[in-house]
Amino acid sequence: MSLGTTSTPTPTPSPTTSDLTSGQLSPRHIGLIAIGSVVAGALTWIPAGAVNWARWIIVSVLTYIVATYVISRIVEDSRKATDRVVAAVVTSAFLIVMLPLVSVIWTVVERGSARFDSTFFTETMRLTPEDMATQNEGGAVGGAYHAIIGTLIVTGLATAFSVPFGLFTAIYLVEYGKGKLARGITSMVDVMTGIPSIVAGLFAYALFELFFGPGTRTGLAGGVALTVLMTPVVVRSSEEMLRLVPNELREASYALGVPKWKTIVKVVMPTAIAGILTGVTLAIARVIGETAPLLVTVGLAQDTNYSPFDGRMTTLPVYTYYQYVQPGIPTEAGQDRAWAAAFALVLIVAILFTIARVLAKVLKPKGLR
Amino acid sequence: MTTTDPTETAGATRPGAPAERVSKIGDKVFGGLAKGAGILILLTLAAVAIFLIVEAWPTFTDDLSEISGPDTFLGYVGPLIFGTILAAMIALLIATPMAVAVALFISHYAPTRLARTLGYFVDLLAAIPSVVFGIWGISVLAPILAESVYPWLEDNLGFLPFFAGPASTSGRTMLTAGIVLAVMILPIITAISREVFLQTPRLHEEASLALGATKWEMIKQAVLPYGRSGVISGAMLGLGRALGETMAVAIILSGSIDYFWDLISNQNSNTIAANIALAFPESSGLEVNRLIATGLVLFAITFLVNALARKIANAGFSGADG
Repeated sequence: MSLGTTSTPTPTPSPTTSDLTSGQLSPRHIGLIAIGSVVAGALTWIPAGAVNWARWIIVSVLTYIVATYVISRIVEDSRKATDRVVAAVVTSAFLIVMLPLVSVIWTVVERGSARFDSTFFTETMRLTPEDMATQNEGGAVGGAYHAIIGTLIVTGLATAFSVPFGLFTAIYLVEYGKGKLARGITSMVDVMTGIPSIVAGLFAYALFELFFGPGTRTGLAGGVALTVLMTPVVVRSSEEMLRLVPNELREASYALGVPKWKTIVKVVMPTAIAGILTGVTLAIARVIGETAPLLVTVGLAQDTNYSPFDGRMTTLPVYTYYQYVQPGIPTEAGQDRAWAAAFALVLIVAILFTIARVLAKVLKPKGLR
Repeated sequence: MTTTDPTETAGATRPGAPAERVSKIGDKVFGGLAKGAGILILLTLAAVAIFLIVEAWPTFTDDLSEISGPDTFLGYVGPLIFGTILAAMIALLIATPMAVAVALFISHYAPTRLARTLGYFVDLLAAIPSVVFGIWGISVLAPILAESVYPWLEDNLGFLPFFAGPASTSGRTMLTAGIVLAVMILPIITAISREVFLQTPRLHEEASLALGATKWEMIKQAVLPYGRSGVISGAMLGLGRALGETMAVAIILSGSIDYFWDLISNQNSNTIAANIALAFPESSGLEVNRLIATGLVLFAITFLVNALARKIANAGFSGADG
């Protein structure tokens, strides 16, 4: 099948072709080879009548790579041919990788929009008998209001704990830290970065079990678990940003008699604030979707719980999980809610990323770089 | 907010005796806070280890035959370690070459403006919650693989123990879990590889090109040697993430406490993290202690992997110079 494409891209010397570009493939030829390969891949499933995605993709990619090599080998030389094959492999790998990633986002948006309505954001999962009846007839009931509140509380707690904690650690490492202690802290922050999220959850559970008895599940425990995960991220990004502040600024400040702490608060921090806030936002984006640690520390509730000190609460990721694996009857109702919650999560992460980007741009100190 | 001019700031502090005393106290308080936060990091980590060990301890002293599952802790955790490493290895084998290719595409093949957008997109994907990848894996990827890939693997590669079959029709297999993990760690490895590829000294690249190298020869001579340690430490970080990944595996895999080499059948070894997430809500007493003990094992494994990654990263660039 690949041979069918060979005839088209072979460059035929025309009066307009200069000597410099003759005997070379142009981007247009490569494009033609690519199109030919996709068509060739399609030919493998058309006789069967049904789309076989896996075979289509694999055959197209292989055809593209082989055809590129053969054609380039004929028209150009072997070094050029290898070069083009690598370009073909890299480009195909990129496109193949984009497939699942785009598919994730596409699926979440497509299935999530079914229940992405006002009910979803205003109701909880405390369903009345009338609600159950409506649900059995295929109506849209139940929502994730309680889960959104829970996520805000737990993530808010984690942010409130880990931002000052992480920021002061970063300040210590950059401005004060010398010798063994600083080195020890740096390597321990590295270790902390690698703690699996479920282990952080188990730690928070174990901590609260020792003090409040077995089976304790509270929003506060979830906040502590997320703090363990979030702090090293805050330390890392803040440290990097503080180190970018030029030493001349500090020295100028000292030379004017400004004490060290005031130099840090009034000179160093404002210079680095854009990067620090960006880092914090990205850290929030990272922990807001954590499911496993909240599963073991916060649990699940049917209704809104505003108190992080008393009893279970639902968070958006845990809600997504349970609505999907235990959807109830009818199955579609629960799974639609799961997808809507997944959509909301992805949207939150995307919004946080955009905020981080805007912050970085707006607050960027003038005169730096 | 963005006052960087030191003269303005200095105006706030007038020299004089009382101000000097205030600033001395301020320095002490502020420095103490910073040092305290740093020490708190050490304490937190110690607390994580101590609380996990305290809670895991009964597993080693009490009689495990009173609760369901194997009688010894090793019999319980062994298959889980096996499953954890198997899933993570599949993910790593698929993700690393793909991630290097994507990173090369973004750093050296894509047009600059497109590359910046793609870099942003890849970073965003690294932050998509794992539970989302999990429900995508089971509802989209698993059916596709079960329909068009697993039967083919069983028919053509069935002589290998990995693909012996019978092929799962639901797609809830170790291979599916591994592929979803690969998709999840890909953005991480890509982001780190891209970063080091972009840091390749421009002069190395230009020297290579000036000697008549093609783009690929230039990449082979200048970019890959420079980025090698970065790629390896990125892959190790991805491995650490894959080992500890919970929800995606918990949703996709229907695992049990046993050893299974077959990657495409309905019978699979569970992973440590997924087993904790699945069993924890229904556990009590000694069962909880045992789960925490497996968590401790997971912590130890990821600690080793991450330590290795850091060692490689710190070894740094040694290719073209040395």
